[in-house]
Amino acid sequence: MSTAFASAEPAAAATILEASHITKSFGGLVAVHDVDFTIPAGGIVSLIGPNGAGKTTFFNIVAGLTEPTEGTIALGGVRIVARAARSWAEPFFWFAPPVVVWIIAGALFVAGQEIAATVALLVSIALLITTLLIAVIRPRWYVDLLTRAGIFRSARPHEIVALGVGRTFQNIRLFANMTTLENVLVGMHARMHATLVDAALRRRRHRTEEEESREEARKWLRYVGLRGRDDIVARNLPYGDQRRLEVARALASKPRLLLLDEPTAGMNPVETGQLTALIGRIRKELGITILLIEHDMRVVMGVSDRVTVLDHGDKIAEGTPEEVRANPKVVEAYLGTAAT
Amino acid sequence: MTAATGSKPLRPRDVVIQVRDIFDRHQSLTIVIGAIAVIFILPFVATLPPFNGFGKQNDWINTFADAGVFVLLASGLNVVVGLAGLLDLGYAAFFAIGAYTYAYGASSFTGLHIPFWIMLFVGAGVAATFGLLLGAPTLRLRGDYLAIVTLGFGEIVPVVILNSDQLTRGTNGITGINQPDLYGILGINSFGFQSPFLYFVTVVAIVTVAFILLYRLQDSRIGRAWVAVREDELAAASMGINTVTTKLLAFSIGATTSGLGGAFYASKLGIVSPDQFDFTVSFTVLAMVVLGGMGNTWGVAAGAFIIFEIQHQGLKTLGDFVQSLHIPTFALGPLTVDLSTFNFLNYQYLLYGLALVLMMLIRPEGLFPSRRRRRELHAEGDEVAELLSAETLEPT
Repeated sequence: MSTAFASAEPAAAATILEASHITKSFGGLVAVHDVDFTIPAGGIVSLIGPNGAGKTTFFNIVAGLTEPTEGTIALGGVRIVARAARSWAEPFFWFAPPVVVWIIAGALFVAGQEIAATVALLVSIALLITTLLIAVIRPRWYVDLLTRAGIFRSARPHEIVALGVGRTFQNIRLFANMTTLENVLVGMHARMHATLVDAALRRRRHRTEEEESREEARKWLRYVGLRGRDDIVARNLPYGDQRRLEVARALASKPRLLLLDEPTAGMNPVETGQLTALIGRIRKELGITILLIEHDMRVVMGVSDRVTVLDHGDKIAEGTPEEVRANPKVVEAYLGTAAT
Repeated sequence: MTAATGSKPLRPRDVVIQVRDIFDRHQSLTIVIGAIAVIFILPFVATLPPFNGFGKQNDWINTFADAGVFVLLASGLNVVVGLAGLLDLGYAAFFAIGAYTYAYGASSFTGLHIPFWIMLFVGAGVAATFGLLLGAPTLRLRGDYLAIVTLGFGEIVPVVILNSDQLTRGTNGITGINQPDLYGILGINSFGFQSPFLYFVTVVAIVTVAFILLYRLQDSRIGRAWVAVREDELAAASMGINTVTTKLLAFSIGATTSGLGGAFYASKLGIVSPDQFDFTVSFTVLAMVVLGGMGNTWGVAAGAFIIFEIQHQGLKTLGDFVQSLHIPTFALGPLTVDLSTFNFLNYQYLLYGLALVLMMLIRPEGLFPSRRRRRELHAEGDEVAELLSAETLEPT
């Protein structure tokens, strides 16, 4: 690992994200190779590199969309992504309870208690259905139970969102036929608590939550500069506004860490300037840590505290914008070696 | 209404917007009023020409009650297909499960005589459980693959019912199923077979409750999650939506509605047999959803009602009518056509097919589309209008 500037770094106050030895290979292609990466809380860290360097793959690993072949990711000290451990033991939790009841049913049958045996048999079938459903739904307490038994599986994307990671996409992925307000409301989904019954009965809890959420969603739209555009269908928005709506939608989940995948791609200089300012404000006013993938070097050098450079899946440099700019390896990666 | 617009002249567009607004604010009340209107108006309409030419009033009310069941089925499938975007081709299986559950709980076949009003919910609950059971392992599949699995499930259920003779009496079906009963409330005991009006009122009541609940869910965070999953599953997951439970919920709510319909249907017919629940039922309900306008509950209901009435009153009577004309047999080239033996009912699926093809070409969003679907399929035309109306409505 060439962490050229790791020693020069002062002891980080608090790390929000710690990725160690992340490797991801697709068949023979190694997209990310043994990357160590930390994001200090409250900073803006950029990930740059030529096309195909593995930036987006790394992003998807952090967001839980891709499983790494090797390595772990911890968010605020909690391990969220890693290779599955002891997964062979998980079926034990599904089958043990029904099998126990099933054996009891057998015993009752031998003892001549036919009615009780039938009841126990039915209970065991119901238990099996229940445990399998729990395994599919994976509620929080079930995951905790597994963790206590030493069984580990990477968190799924929505769980990672609940832990405080929000993201935008390189190619905009809004809910195109929903209005801007609805898009932001979907972003707030994980923070809302109304259940099926609350909604069906229009309980107070549902109504107040719905009203407050709408109010808050409007606030986020105003924050990114989309005031008064609540009812416009997302796909009818101009391109730059769609990018901003994606940011608003990600902010609505109240993330601690915001992943921005090329947020200024395809924007004109004015829009790029506005978005760069927005990124700065998000960090300053909301205290959200930002991980940025970006090709526009003015944006990167303008807002980042630290820059990490990937090339062909390897981390080739890390440091402040100035250090990275001066690094010969980086120049080589972008421009190629000088002909000799 | 007029007070709000003040001195400005009232344009038809404003009226539409305001009516829509009132409906949005008092949804449940509007649905109840609509249901009461349906109960009073439909039987009356059936006595007017041209409808009285198709059948007696009682025949009409009888088919209204049956149509109500299909309205229920269609609005349930609408959640699965129209909102969550999961193509379910085996929907009739849940209908069958609801019906057979009712037959088990309230017939002379098992000797149990649990009241209709309880069995209605039991039927729905059992169907919901099967919905979860089928959904849990299969919802990881997407698009076509899910459709194939549900198609398989839809075929398996009737075949299992057909072949487990001892449990279900196979092809003969279970007979002697209890009619609904009011236990003397309003002076009504068993509904019997004679008065279709009671069934009609009952089914309208059930549909009303189902509609209120479905509309409320559609407007909640759960409804938004369904649409988000349909629009972009990956983005939905990355925004904190648990896609597995969201899809599972859509699936089991569809199954619940279907089971409810099945239980009512069994009590009305007094007999259940496997051939009532074959693939054609799944297909018919899907056609109703598509023709009515996916994603729009009342549009789907209207589609279901119209298709059912055409199928059960229109085509049947058309055959009788053509026969009564005594058109002589004529030759069309090598074909001899004898319209007096022509059974229009046999060609209903041909008609569905034709209607679907035409619909997809001319009006892909269905007869009564949801606002969202219309946007999706008619992108360009509306854009400017929507932008303009959004700006004129909210001068900020």
